Amino acid sequence: MSPKSKDLTEVIGRHPLFAGLDPTHLELVAGCASNVRFAAGQQILQEGKVANTFYLIRYGRVSVDVYSPGRGRVTIQTLHKGDVLGWSWIVEPYRWHHDARALELTRALAFEASCLRKKSDDDPAFGYALIRRFAPLIAQRLERAELQLLDVYGHVAQV
Amino acid sequence: MVVVAEGLDRLFEALRRREFTVVGPTVRDGAIVYDELESAADLPTGWTDEQDGGHYRLERRDDEAVFGYVVGPHSWKRYLHPPFLRLWRAEKRDDGFQVARDEAPRKPYAFLGVRSCELHAIAIQDRVFLEGEHVDPIYRERRENAFIVAVNCGQAGGTCFCVSMNTGPKASQGFDLALTEVLEDGRHYFVVESGSDRGAELLAELGGSEATEVELTAAEVAVKNAVGQMGRSLETEGLKELLYRNYEHPRWDQVAERCLACTNCTMVCPTCFCSSVEDVSDLDGEGAERWRTWDSCFSGEFSYIHGGNVRQTVKSRYRQWMTHKLATWYDQFGSSGCVGCGRCITWCPVAIDITEEAAAIRLDDRPSEQ
Amino acid sequence: MVPHPFRVERVQRETADTFTLTLEPAAAGIEIRYRPGQFNMLYLFGVGEVPISVSGDAASPVPLLHTVRVAGAVTRGICELGRGGTVGVRGPYGTPWPVEQAEGSDLLVIAGGIGLAPLRSVVYHLMAHREKYGRVAILYGTRSPDDLLYRSEVEQWRGRFDLDVDVTVDHAGLNWHGRVGVVTTLIQQAQFDPDNTVAMVCGPEIMMRFCVRELEDQGVDLGDIHISMERNMKCAVGFCGHCQFGPEFICKDGPVFSYQRIADLLDVREV
Repeated sequence: MSPKSKDLTEVIGRHPLFAGLDPTHLELVAGCASNVRFAAGQQILQEGKVANTFYLIRYGRVSVDVYSPGRGRVTIQTLHKGDVLGWSWIVEPYRWHHDARALELTRALAFEASCLRKKSDDDPAFGYALIRRFAPLIAQRLERAELQLLDVYGHVAQV
Repeated sequence: MVVVAEGLDRLFEALRRREFTVVGPTVRDGAIVYDELESAADLPTGWTDEQDGGHYRLERRDDEAVFGYVVGPHSWKRYLHPPFLRLWRAEKRDDGFQVARDEAPRKPYAFLGVRSCELHAIAIQDRVFLEGEHVDPIYRERRENAFIVAVNCGQAGGTCFCVSMNTGPKASQGFDLALTEVLEDGRHYFVVESGSDRGAELLAELGGSEATEVELTAAEVAVKNAVGQMGRSLETEGLKELLYRNYEHPRWDQVAERCLACTNCTMVCPTCFCSSVEDVSDLDGEGAERWRTWDSCFSGEFSYIHGGNVRQTVKSRYRQWMTHKLATWYDQFGSSGCVGCGRCITWCPVAIDITEEAAAIRLDDRPSEQ
Repeated sequence: MVPHPFRVERVQRETADTFTLTLEPAAAGIEIRYRPGQFNMLYLFGVGEVPISVSGDAASPVPLLHTVRVAGAVTRGICELGRGGTVGVRGPYGTPWPVEQAEGSDLLVIAGGIGLAPLRSVVYHLMAHREKYGRVAILYGTRSPDDLLYRSEVEQWRGRFDLDVDVTVDHAGLNWHGRVGVVTTLIQQAQFDPDNTVAMVCGPEIMMRFCVRELEDQGVDLGDIHISMERNMKCAVGFCGHCQFGPEFICKDGPVFSYQRIADLLDVREV
């Protein structure tokens, strides 16, 4: 193992998403990871395209948007240092549901999904460990979407 | 002391001499209600009432008993906590407005014919309006000056359960005078007990005689008869905890299918104290008034907060009412909010029975899962 | 129990439907001394009365500041009075935020929408006694950038070195450069010691429930989480019965409660 990938393994292991992951599984994850950098304004994900990556944001700010004809780009959430960007890679048909773009210079760890999926198929225990870590993220996103949908601060009825 | 039936006229005179407005039971619109009385002739002599769930009838008695019935649709809260009352009036001024509080009634009330359950109900409303951080000046004014002539029940009604609630049928506290009516061997008299100095002073003016053993025993027997006639009963042991752990009991759905949310139970209840206020203005906008009216937790808008009512279902409103009476009241005011008078049962148009509902939940105790 | 006339000195528009009124007593000798989190009943002559939290600095109770959202005839009328108009005021009522008990702890002030109004008094208090608290985070979520209350003031707070101020909106257009997302996301980012933190949360009931869940996940004790409840109120002194919430009267036992005290009731629908 190169010193560089050892560093990466350490960094990944420290992230809450992978906390407590079996060391051999952590190696598998790190083997699919690389450092990436996005300039301010750069598109990261595009709705409808194949979802073949997810990101752990190490620095910067990312917006997740939906494009609506007539309304233009509507931001549904912003993501920051420590946040996970992208879960569509783990759910068929592996296509992005949203756009994402860097709002400022953003550094992230990118994980290649086909690499992770292949390793999951080879080692279902590894796949299960990944699913267990992403399911709460998906549930959390759903919960937040509900809360936004409820428009809890919405304009009150006029009596 | 023993006072003969005619002594009631002297009681009226003595109360009038003291400038009291006498309020007591009288027959009106087919029921025994409370109203201002002129003399003992206004009392429902020779009448009784027949009560059951959703059922109330006046009947002629075969004797001349003056208090030979139980409680009707009215209670004393009509006078202490009136159903409709102007709280204040305000006039516009250069510097805004000026508020003038309304005067208290000029003459204090004497309540004649207050039953033991009703004394307890008054004591309960005292805790609501007088014993907290805030005091209701309107209630205090009316309450503090009221002279109370209690009557011990010599019979119980079909919906009575004061024995269960430990609130009767014999008056034990909170009266100036307490009467027990006896009709026996062709005699008609009242055994009278005083509960205060001013009661004792007034009693001395009634021309009575010292009660004999026989007379005292007769009075005791009369009250004992009432104890044996209770139409309903309610198990109170652990009742608060029972209801607290059964907020989600299916019985609430069942009772809601029958409940019309008509608010009758809350109007006739002697302890229900909820009210609303209405602000009104004169047509020229120069004056404004605030009126207070009885309100009921059975109405939809009672729980209105911007955009909707918190208690949308009848189920939640019945649950609120009954749980308040029998459970949360303990935490709020240190006692039950129910005195077992049975009015809510009698005056419910579909005969929903608080004792039956509580018993049903007790029989099928289903703690909500935590 | 009767309202005192107060003169409207100033009406500040906060958002499209929310206004802050500056009120001075019309007559000498009237002063309403309150604690952060308490409320007054505001009366519009001849129309009606509404409970509104005080949103000023409790250390200087004159003038009174009330932030009012137009929701009905009374609030609309009050907001339309303008300078020189008269509002009736009686109070203060209710329980305050536990600012003294929170001394020595980290503090999370979490506001949703107009919920920032009653918490602004807390912010004033803790800025005046900053040394008595550990880390302080003010987390504010609202619907959109246009719905932010006290915007320039929040920006000032944000400029202080001794406060962590984070703002997020549920929806935003392109001209918003701040966070987008629900207010609970701010809790995850905030710096505090869950074993020694007091949280004060005010906003719509759903928002408070979600925040409490997040705080609990982060390890904050339910007894250290305080929320401000809202129910129909007519009298504000426990007589009218409208604001009952199980055994609690929101007007006198609340509006501020420790979450622990009312957690079970919040789980029951339509209490």
